[in-house]
Amino acid sequence: MTETATTRTLVIEREMPHPPEKIWRALTEGQLIEEWLLKTDFKPVVGHRFQFRREPMPNWNGIIDCEVLEVETNSRLSYSWGSLGLETVVAWTLTPTASGTQLRMEQSGFPSEEGANYKGARYGWRNFIDNLERLVGRLN
Amino acid sequence: MPAVTDNVFRALADPTRRAIFERLARDGEQTVHALTGRAGVSQPAVSKHLTVLKRAKLVRHRREGRETHYSAQPQALAPLVDWMSVYGAFWRDRFDRLENLLKRMDK
Repeated sequence: MTETATTRTLVIEREMPHPPEKIWRALTEGQLIEEWLLKTDFKPVVGHRFQFRREPMPNWNGIIDCEVLEVETNSRLSYSWGSLGLETVVAWTLTPTASGTQLRMEQSGFPSEEGANYKGARYGWRNFIDNLERLVGRLN
Repeated sequence: MPAVTDNVFRALADPTRRAIFERLARDGEQTVHALTGRAGVSQPAVSKHLTVLKRAKLVRHRREGRETHYSAQPQALAPLVDWMSVYGAFWRDRFDRLENLLKRMDK
């Protein structure tokens, strides 16, 4: 995880024993995306607005509103990711390695550390916040 | 700290209000009457707590006949949630699923 003054970025990286071309298909072909991520009308075209969807639940329509920001075949893909009042950007980077591909996902634009500290021990409600996180986690 | 976040914190700083909110979030919509039965405080007190929760947009109400029904609005918590950990768990799970899919694509 990295931090700047105003927002934070979540980074997840994994090396996979598969060529970038194959991972690219899984990231960009609607039917394949649905098998591992969420239902979607994604198209790998910059400016395309699309949604990820899951079944609606109480207090959430299950919709994530997105727009394609970058498409570089087999190497880089990014889109905006708007859900539950939070706007972030999800960026995928594929780097070939000797045995496959280093896949990196960066989700940027999270509220700053300052806000996170504020919610921390100040009122002694850590457990409550944990419960809330589980609740919101289920939304995903 | 934006004013709306401040309201949310204030509303949830009280344990009775927190309990009421958690119950609504967990069990769904309920009347003041039903909430009073389980809150261990008087109905006017519950109504007062609900007003504070409403101001913070943590609950919403609708009238039906004589009864007012309240429901939780968890999206009002968005400013408080540690999105990093929520999404961290989400993406790690999805990476696993992606790897499974890639294996299946070989066949």
